[in-house]
Amino acid sequence: MIHVEGLTRTYGGFTAVDDISFVAQPGRVTGFLGPNGAGKTTTMRIMVGLTPPSRGRVTIGGHLYHDIPNPGRHVGVLLDASAQHAGRSGREILTIGARTMGLPDSRVDEMLALVSLSPDESKRRLRNYSLGMKQRLGIAHALLGDPSVLILDEPANGLDPAGIRWMRGLLKGYADRGGTVLLSSHLLHEVEMIADEMILIGRGKIVAQGDKKTLLERGGAPSSLVTSLDNTSLATALQGKGFSVTAAGEGLKVEAPAVEIGRTALEAGIVLTDLRFGGAGLEDLFLELTSDTQREGHIEGASA
Amino acid sequence: MSMTLDVSGTAQIPFTRLVSVELRKTADTRAGRWLLGAIVGITALFMIIFFLVADADERIFGNFIGIASTPQGFLLPVLGILLVTSEWSQRTAMVTFALAPSRTKVIAAKTVAALILGLAAFVAAIVIAALATVLGGASEGFEGLSAKIFLLFLALQLLTVLQGLAYGLILLNTPAAIVTFFVLPIASSIVFALVPFLRDVAPWFDLGTAQQPLFNSFGGDQGLTGEEYAQLLTTSLIWIVVPFMAGWARVMRAEVK
Repeated sequence: MIHVEGLTRTYGGFTAVDDISFVAQPGRVTGFLGPNGAGKTTTMRIMVGLTPPSRGRVTIGGHLYHDIPNPGRHVGVLLDASAQHAGRSGREILTIGARTMGLPDSRVDEMLALVSLSPDESKRRLRNYSLGMKQRLGIAHALLGDPSVLILDEPANGLDPAGIRWMRGLLKGYADRGGTVLLSSHLLHEVEMIADEMILIGRGKIVAQGDKKTLLERGGAPSSLVTSLDNTSLATALQGKGFSVTAAGEGLKVEAPAVEIGRTALEAGIVLTDLRFGGAGLEDLFLELTSDTQREGHIEGASA
Repeated sequence: MSMTLDVSGTAQIPFTRLVSVELRKTADTRAGRWLLGAIVGITALFMIIFFLVADADERIFGNFIGIASTPQGFLLPVLGILLVTSEWSQRTAMVTFALAPSRTKVIAAKTVAALILGLAAFVAAIVIAALATVLGGASEGFEGLSAKIFLLFLALQLLTVLQGLAYGLILLNTPAAIVTFFVLPIASSIVFALVPFLRDVAPWFDLGTAQQPLFNSFGGDQGLTGEEYAQLLTTSLIWIVVPFMAGWARVMRAEVK
């Protein structure tokens, strides 16, 4: 539904977005993932016509954003929940949006209820909102026109854990009903739990894309986290089998699937107190793929 | 699932709706309501002061209108400036232009909204001036009135509103636009008054000099000469129309952040 084709945006000599192409499909949540300053926000701003691209284009359902009549009825946008007038009440902000789109004021109440902002909170001025409340209001604003495409920049930013779970359910349900959802984040964990499809971006370039399984297959050997009553002996036994072992907190991190560790412990007669999937497969991949684009990486590289 | 978006059933946002939303935005914050209230309140206050200090035979309608033009000339442009610049200082332009991607239409809607408010301020000034004249007791308070006085006064109000909008569009920054609006004409007047060879052409290039006959015409019955109209036209072109077009072009190209 969202087609990004050869999109490039340069600022003088700096290339913020470098020839990226991807598709966000209807019925799926597409996660747009990358470290700070990777070009996620610039890409999303180009999508909705706020920033002109240097090259390439974005179409939404086959149209340039500019050509969609009353776009709020088709594409819900949340780029920055704080980019609202601090002196307006939450209700007034939604009312302006509803009026612009030609929606009845009752839609405002529906959206406030949907994002769990109480009538009392909705009358407060935006400057008195917490970041989480602003984010809820921004999501309500994006959903006002009952759009079939959602473009959300860091929507989970500032939400508490319960809020993040709520948003996950909301967006999943939205995609299940056939909607297209594109959401960005710099937190892998957030995207991993919600996105069907992931686009990894680093320094303006797409470094990997696909669903979680495809990406994990690229990530190489799985790792496990293990704690036992005798970590030292366990480490020796595992190293004896050729697995790489590093200390991790109170336990060990082993570059091996859990079954191998269980077997080794059984053979060595060591009692395990905790054994689980290292879960870091995607994170390792993410860090590896974007390593030359990470700020930390640069510092390391410079001192080496 | 379909990869295309069927937009055939969706109508464009009507221009009138954009105008009404822009009008709403001027009054839906405390600061906005204060500014609107101040425009009417200070206009009334100026007229009351004039009413109290002027001799009875000076309390004529034309004089009251002339008095009203001063505070309105200060405050209406600020309204025009804020209508544009607050979208950038509060960063609401991101939302405004995402909902209405035609920037031309949005700027036009803001312009129309600002002119409507200028018109409303004009009506308020007329009403207060009429009231003051009736109460003032000058026996021939409404004598010698012509439609021309009304039109000139209205034209002056609307021009200053447009001037405010123009500086707002060019600078996209509230303090810079307000300072420029107030300082630039003064600086221009000083330059044109001090430099000998500029003094003679000042009415053609300096807005303040060209508008002077307009102010003078409120109290008396003498109209403007053809030359004075031409001077109003050239100065308005230089100080209002050209900046407005430049500001428009800037917003069309600007990256909205």
